[in-house]
Amino acid sequence: MVDPVSFIRTDEQVMLADTMREFLASTADLDRVREASLTADACFEDVWQSMAEMGLIGLAIDEQYGGAGFGFEELAVVFEELGAKVTPVPLLSSVMASTAIAFAGTEAQKEALLPAIASGDVIATLAVFENAHDDAASRPGTTATPSDSGWVLTGTKRYVTDAVNAGTFVVSARCGDGVGLFVIECKTAGVTVEAMPSLDATRPLAEVILEAVQVHHEAYLGGAPNPGAIVKALDAGVVAMASEQVGGARACLDASVDYAKTRYQFGRPIGSFQAIKHMCADMLVAVEHARSVAWHAAATIGDPVESEISVPLAKSVCSDAFLKVAGDNIQIHGGIGFTWEHDAHLYFKRAKADSLLLGSVDSYLDRLADAIGI
Amino acid sequence: MTSQDSEGELVSGALDRLLANFLPETTDPKEFWGAQFDTGLAWVDFPVGDGGLGVSPSHRATVDRRLADAGAPTWNRTANVLGIGMGSGVLVSHGTQEQRERWLRPMFTMDEIWCQLFSEPGAGSDVAGLSTRAVRDGEEWILNGQKVWTTLAHLAKWGLVVTRTDPDQPKHRGMTYFVVDMEGEGVDIRPLYQITGEAEFNEVFFDDARVPDDQRIDDVGAGWRVAMTTLMNERVAIGGSTVARESGMIGAAMDVWRSSGSGDLATRRELARLWGEMEALRLTTARASQNATAGVPGPEGSTGKLAWADLNKEVTSFTVAMMGLDGATIPEGYVLEPTTYDTREIERVMSPQRQFLRARANSIEGGTSEIMRNILGERVLGLAGEPRVDKDLPWKDVPRG
Repeated sequence: MVDPVSFIRTDEQVMLADTMREFLASTADLDRVREASLTADACFEDVWQSMAEMGLIGLAIDEQYGGAGFGFEELAVVFEELGAKVTPVPLLSSVMASTAIAFAGTEAQKEALLPAIASGDVIATLAVFENAHDDAASRPGTTATPSDSGWVLTGTKRYVTDAVNAGTFVVSARCGDGVGLFVIECKTAGVTVEAMPSLDATRPLAEVILEAVQVHHEAYLGGAPNPGAIVKALDAGVVAMASEQVGGARACLDASVDYAKTRYQFGRPIGSFQAIKHMCADMLVAVEHARSVAWHAAATIGDPVESEISVPLAKSVCSDAFLKVAGDNIQIHGGIGFTWEHDAHLYFKRAKADSLLLGSVDSYLDRLADAIGI
Repeated sequence: MTSQDSEGELVSGALDRLLANFLPETTDPKEFWGAQFDTGLAWVDFPVGDGGLGVSPSHRATVDRRLADAGAPTWNRTANVLGIGMGSGVLVSHGTQEQRERWLRPMFTMDEIWCQLFSEPGAGSDVAGLSTRAVRDGEEWILNGQKVWTTLAHLAKWGLVVTRTDPDQPKHRGMTYFVVDMEGEGVDIRPLYQITGEAEFNEVFFDDARVPDDQRIDDVGAGWRVAMTTLMNERVAIGGSTVARESGMIGAAMDVWRSSGSGDLATRRELARLWGEMEALRLTTARASQNATAGVPGPEGSTGKLAWADLNKEVTSFTVAMMGLDGATIPEGYVLEPTTYDTREIERVMSPQRQFLRARANSIEGGTSEIMRNILGERVLGLAGEPRVDKDLPWKDVPRG
């Protein structure tokens, strides 16, 4: 039986959250996000640069590879604040790609690749999904075949987050009987990136088409099949996203409560009606539960047994909570909540897309069922 | 040395003495509880002499753990929950020195069982609208009226009762709180049979029952304030304790899946989802407890009762559905019988079907889910209250029905 982790943030983590909140308040307002959501390559480059200077991009990357060497709790603090402002930066992609490299790469590969990701100079992303119903365990159709100088990759990766802004892709491919991960630069001959119009335009998706792409031997992470590293990378994404979902859900609850206090109908604030008040109470329960499981997952992702429970739990609870709260937020705002000029749709689109990305909620529930022995 | 450290030493010293002088395995439980009270380890945060050591409530967890590890009897807390869990706090906050000396020790030793008489047929969620009358007669008060949902009344020596003493005042102002002798004249207790056929609760009728004025708690007219202390303790007691993973209703659901589930994959997924919801509640309770201990309580401390009630209903309903046609049977059948509340009763395992029926009360007892949502909305989120038509009216002029 696992005792609960410590849920109390350290002074440093509280300070980190305050810093992030102040920083994003001055740089990443929602009007900018709304404008960016009309593009196919949303990314706040100035915010990304500043985050790089603050050392936030490599927060959870080991110090020997140029990162800050912190744990996932610190990353969770950063993602919660990014989620609260739906800030379009490719940090989730970067965390997944660097986790894949850290788990599958050789020492030389880690030394060659991770410092540039940690510093923010290179935006990297993970390209493992090809079909609409793929999950972490799906075998890719993309193939890697040996050539004189290395490998030749052919296939199409789809639903790749931030691919339009990325310089490096970590790509899964069938390699003989196994599944391996290959690092491919976007400028390599035969690589084409096609934007996919994204439900949540603040997290742009794209196709990465590989047509007989030639790479050297050192592009093959670890030089051997390693499907486990795909799961590790996606787990890191799920845990980071869970805190981002908590931040988004919190922002929706705050917006609803503020509106319910100031919007008057029938001569009284709408929050005094139980129909609205009770909806807000249920939203609060959802947010508090999501916060507990997201933090628990961040604290236990390194534990091979407990993470089999905490990671799928975070996917399921945080996805459901954010989607519910983001939908209720529109309902409580009424007509104005349905307009483009209001912020509510940014969260709602993010919530729905999040629940579908990185593997479906159902696939994680199946994994949870395995872990709890049913 | 901080005061927290010295308090910790005081508590562990008292625990050492208690466990050395009264070996749990050879001491009669009542004698042990008496010694526990006298050592100040009954409610460790209460004042010295009232069963406590006057330390921070955060030491309660230490006492509970040490006593459980030592195999000490702790079932008095469950078997006399309305006294030890709720009444004790009322007596310490609002009782006189004489009242505390007279009642706290026999409460803790289980020599005297307690019950609580708040709800009435005409006062459920709106408990402040209650109409049981208490009229002063010299040094006594005469009680007339009816209470419902009184747990343990049939076993109790003492009852915590809220009465109407001034019908000309608005409802919150005209109430007074008493301790009533449940074995006295004019107190008629009848079992109240519930949907499972059991009677965990009673109806209590007061017919010219007499209560000495020295059994009044706090001032005449202060009854609502005292009642709120009791209700707050109740809501913390329900759904406020951290339990083991997979305990309670979800554990029963897992048992059913393993022993007689259909094997259907969509059902398995839904069970995993519910398991996750229960685990999220459990982790939130743990977080609330950590934050409360650290002195930084947040909204997570108030969501447990509501979440627990809704989830229990959902999980038990799902469990019975998993049983297929067996879910349309109930092995115990229906027998109208009062619950005995002895120790075996507490450990008894109910069938999933019976748990399914019992769970319907979870969103009603101890504050309905609607009232809990009002509390979360108004006290935690700061939303405006409903306009109240009865707030300033004299109680006697408020419409009832």
